[in-house]
Amino acid sequence: MYSYEQEIVERDENTVHMNVGPSHPSMHGTLRIKMEVKGERIVKTEQEIGFLHTGFEKLGEHRSYNQFITLTDRLNYFSPLSNNIGFALACEELLGITVPRRCQVIRTILAEMSRLADHSLCLGAMTMDLGAFSSILWTFVEREKLYDVFEAVTGTRLTTSYTRVGGLAFDLPADFVKRVTAILDSMENTIDNLRKSFYQNRIFLDRVEGIGCISREMAMSYGITGPMGRASGLDYDLRKFRPYLIYNELKFDVPVYKDGDTLSRYKVRIDEMEQSIKLVRQAMKLLEPGPINFQDQKRTLPDKTSTYGDMESLIHHFKLVMPGEDHGIHPPVTDQYSATEAPNGELGWHIVSDGSSNPYRVRIRGCSFINYPILSRLLDGAMLADLVAILGSFNIIAGELDR
Amino acid sequence: MTGSTNDWTTTTLNTAINWARANSLWPMPFGTACCGIEMMATFMAKYDAARFGSEVMKFSPRQSDLLIVSGRISLKMMPVLQRIWEQMPEPKWCISMGACASSGGVFDTYTLIQGVDQFIPVDAYMPGCPPRPEAFLDALMMVQEKAKKGQAKSQEYVTSDEASDPAKSVAFRTPDTHYRHGVDRSTPEHAHHPVTTESSPAAGDLK
Amino acid sequence: MITYNPENHLKVIAQVEARMGERLLGREEKSHYHQFKVKGQDAKDLIRFLREEPSLAFAMFIDLTAVDYLRYPIAQPERFAVVYTLLSPELGVKAQVKAFVPDGDPRLPSITDLFAGANWTEREVWDLYGIEFMGHPDLKRILMPDDYEGHPLRKDYPLKGRGERGNFPVYHASTQRPKGEG
Repeated sequence: MYSYEQEIVERDENTVHMNVGPSHPSMHGTLRIKMEVKGERIVKTEQEIGFLHTGFEKLGEHRSYNQFITLTDRLNYFSPLSNNIGFALACEELLGITVPRRCQVIRTILAEMSRLADHSLCLGAMTMDLGAFSSILWTFVEREKLYDVFEAVTGTRLTTSYTRVGGLAFDLPADFVKRVTAILDSMENTIDNLRKSFYQNRIFLDRVEGIGCISREMAMSYGITGPMGRASGLDYDLRKFRPYLIYNELKFDVPVYKDGDTLSRYKVRIDEMEQSIKLVRQAMKLLEPGPINFQDQKRTLPDKTSTYGDMESLIHHFKLVMPGEDHGIHPPVTDQYSATEAPNGELGWHIVSDGSSNPYRVRIRGCSFINYPILSRLLDGAMLADLVAILGSFNIIAGELDR
Repeated sequence: MTGSTNDWTTTTLNTAINWARANSLWPMPFGTACCGIEMMATFMAKYDAARFGSEVMKFSPRQSDLLIVSGRISLKMMPVLQRIWEQMPEPKWCISMGACASSGGVFDTYTLIQGVDQFIPVDAYMPGCPPRPEAFLDALMMVQEKAKKGQAKSQEYVTSDEASDPAKSVAFRTPDTHYRHGVDRSTPEHAHHPVTTESSPAAGDLK
Repeated sequence: MITYNPENHLKVIAQVEARMGERLLGREEKSHYHQFKVKGQDAKDLIRFLREEPSLAFAMFIDLTAVDYLRYPIAQPERFAVVYTLLSPELGVKAQVKAFVPDGDPRLPSITDLFAGANWTEREVWDLYGIEFMGHPDLKRILMPDDYEGHPLRKDYPLKGRGERGNFPVYHASTQRPKGEG
């Protein structure tokens, strides 16, 4: 067991103020950490954020529900599909509708694939920050293969905007299963490489074992969810807490480690990647032909090709897309908090609706924003080099942090 | 940079120097958001930008020539961007990657700069949200062409009068202000470079 | 694994109603949790009860946010509401507390001593809404620049801001270098 208490390092005349500025070499986005350092030990840190504040929540009040889906891609840009799926599910929970089976299976597969993309980038970047450059090259090769699949399905690599309220934008291409099966084996190979290269690597272990320990109580008090929380013994996973989509039919484990140090956070992500591959394989067997949109023309966008020939579809499309008092989706006048298990943790959406076509308030519970503040506490008394290791394991994505 | 004498030795030497500069543009990646991920993908194995000479991704502005602004720039980040731009030694080029850096993108909000070209000179723009890695390489090659000719937007000389004429100003558009609010940072005391005086509001309704 | 236990909702409701009595302004049932409405001054009391009562043990912080009801179609008790979301790992349920805060005096007690996650989220609410949390160790702006004026997420603040986004020095090429020289 590791100690969760931080050492106290006293200030004296050798204390130097340092700044890890908003533009910095690691790949974690625009973070600023002001530090007081004595030799190699950190006395105190102060974190500053807000360098990527975009005003998503304010913009949500001026865009309709379907328009906001295009903005959600830009939140957690490592895994945009999981944001799309999360927001669409939140709107559907607000409206009280359930999408058809095929849509649920497709969404599950894509959510797990974006979890693979997110974790592989996080692990690659983390190990690159610690000095091992090859691992990020391996993981990016896998991500490029995933990008090819996303492009075949949604049309773009990164900003997918694939889901709609009540379903999906369009159906899968014909060779989807073949494409996905082809990349899962190489993904398993890469995970194996990541494991073999690091689990017995003395340099790596010395840098991450026992560093940055978060206890279960700290995790609960800060609200830390996702792989970080599960590395600290907090066995909370929304896919098991309240299964959404088809997770209650799929068999998978959720890795939970007790130590809460940086190595545990690394291990949790590796294990989760393996479980995601298992989930994708199981879900693909459940893929059957069927409708992909909830059949309610007043609330779900019709299939685009039918709007070219069918008058009713065209009218309903018009009424759902154009701005105006009568147009758009009109949810009941209430508010609802919904959450899904994004790769980083509990991605929550608190949507307040006033019955009009735009949400009245969209609150995005960004996992990075809730997970990040504990860094200051972990760095008190730590060595300067630990900053990089700990920050790498947090997977802070500035889009989600600042919104 | 273009050579002040017509001696063939110096012009040939300048051509050689420009060729060398063009083929070894060291980038200063200023990746903030999603475009940063596509930029990272461009520097990785599949769309290797290192074969164009951009091998060393030094995150030190003092040792780089090419600033790649990839991602949305918010109010808090703009002074940082300008500080980095100042720190880069000349000759320097700037690529504005993506819709957000070029024009504010999908986000027309209170906190995002609607295009960095209002405040720093930009040599190449990459439309896209995010632009594909191929578009990144295209912009890189465009800047390489400029560098071979010895041109850079940051070097173009303008008189003060020309600078306030949008057609001639190196900044493509005048800054987007509605009315000044808070500390006015555009006056010469606040800037390190001489600046234009406050220009008329940008076209379009800013309400 | 912590799993969702809908039967425990009744226990939570009964205990909260017994504790708050008249101070509970209302309760709404949502899809998988219940939302308790109180006045801003009573919020901390209710949250402390939810956290420290051994049979409830809402020990996990989920979210803290605020809503501005200025243009809402249904009349609300006050203009602002601060919404706290908590989870009880033992009972396996979530609960939401909505604390109403008036426009003229937007203050309520801070819960940073109960949940460490409230630190930054309360700073964000202060920054974007102007609701002050009494007893917060370090209440300052977090997402906007420190010298920013105004609280952007309020309904009477314009989406495109008030000109701050054009307020930066313009770095043209040097206007001191004469033409013709390299």
